[in-house]
Amino acid sequence: MNNLFPLLVIAVVLFIVLNLSAGLIWVERRLLALWQDRYGPNRVGPFGLGQVLADSVKLFTKEDWIPPFADKSVFVLAPAIIVATALLSFAVIPLAPGFVIADLNIGLLFFLAMSSLGVYSVVLGGWASNNKYSLLGGIRASAQMLSYEVFMGLSLLGTVILAGSFRLTDIVEAQRKMWFVVPQFLGFVLFLIAGVAETRRLPFDLAEAESELIAGFHSEYSGMKFGMFFVGEYIGVILISVMISLLYFGGWLGPILPPGVWLAVKTMSFICFFILLRAALPRPRFDQLMLWGWTCLLPLALVNLLVTGAVVLALS
Amino acid sequence: MLSLVRSLWEVFRHAFHPRETIQYPEEKAYLPPRYRGRIILTRDPDGGERCVACNLCAVACPVDCISLQATEDDDGRRYPEFFRINFSRCIFCGFCEEACPTYAIQLTPDFEMGEYNRQNLVYEKGDLLVDGPGKYPDYNFWRVAGVAIAGKDKGQAEREDAPVDLHNLLP
Repeated sequence: MNNLFPLLVIAVVLFIVLNLSAGLIWVERRLLALWQDRYGPNRVGPFGLGQVLADSVKLFTKEDWIPPFADKSVFVLAPAIIVATALLSFAVIPLAPGFVIADLNIGLLFFLAMSSLGVYSVVLGGWASNNKYSLLGGIRASAQMLSYEVFMGLSLLGTVILAGSFRLTDIVEAQRKMWFVVPQFLGFVLFLIAGVAETRRLPFDLAEAESELIAGFHSEYSGMKFGMFFVGEYIGVILISVMISLLYFGGWLGPILPPGVWLAVKTMSFICFFILLRAALPRPRFDQLMLWGWTCLLPLALVNLLVTGAVVLALS
Repeated sequence: MLSLVRSLWEVFRHAFHPRETIQYPEEKAYLPPRYRGRIILTRDPDGGERCVACNLCAVACPVDCISLQATEDDDGRRYPEFFRINFSRCIFCGFCEEACPTYAIQLTPDFEMGEYNRQNLVYEKGDLLVDGPGKYPDYNFWRVAGVAIAGKDKGQAEREDAPVDLHNLLP
């Protein structure tokens, strides 16, 4: 029984994450429609939920074309990387107390490492496509990732100082008295911005800006390879939402309802917030994005870290 | 920064607005009475074809979707031997209706003409002809036109004087 439990956890986590990421296609389209006073897909099945199935069948049956000028092996590898790294991050994410695949004592670092590795997918995809727009998208993605990764890690360190551990379970348990969003509000905002940039979602989707780069790094992708980029993006959205709720909103802590439900509620509301961001905000210019990251957000993250450290030191 | 928060809030409030979408097959959109849709060929009040195959509609058509061949029956009335409209080309601009001297070709507010087979969008005269006079119930071209046909000679049309005999000097 003890040997089977980790396998069960893996199966449950994979089931939830993969189904949720597929379902998010529908959730996103319905929510965008709601905020734009439309209906969105509501014809296929109840509430249009069959749209998910129809979309996946469509993606699987489309021509899976590899351009003759592309670097074939890298071209095929790139979409797999984004899904693999995003899924690997879920290894350290506790969905409930004790319900975690690998409760690493450096869980937070593992998450940061995996989410940074994800950018390889975009860069390699853009590179292997051998298309100037794809390459531009890949370059943009790597530059954006470099600048936003820096203060993403720094903004998280505040919670680590408060909890005194890199283990995600400990960080959640340290929030029994007060959610970290209260003492670490600045850190939360910074992590939210960095998280959106990390998943390359609007308004930070400069790597795939339709209006200037014609879908950027995945211009040349079709069929399920294209779908894999989207699955990876949605898994990234789920991942960042789970991380926000774990690190700043007390994870599974909450009255009455079982822990898993609390985490699910918090995560879903952040996923909806991600979609609201997409519905509401325009995309910045690329130089504005970089300037903002280095001259505004990075100093703020440093100040946040400094003040948090000083306060904790003074109180201890 | 505050403006971003404000636009987020404004967009969020749209969640509680009524939706603009018309759920088409169940709900129908309001069409104005002069909406320009499917083209028909109308008939005179007495049941004869109005179209005199003058080709003006085909000339006026900006996408060249009208094709017809004129011919004449035993009464001396011109009519189209065939009259064909390719609705996969038609842009429903209504120029043909404006050009028509006999009110024969008219646009109706019907737009539901979807087909699975493209060839089915080519309407022949039988598909276009309707039994009624359309928007002009009392108009009859052959009764007002000064063209001689069987049963109606020159000068017998409505509000038409008898032809002047140029070889006669009598008042």
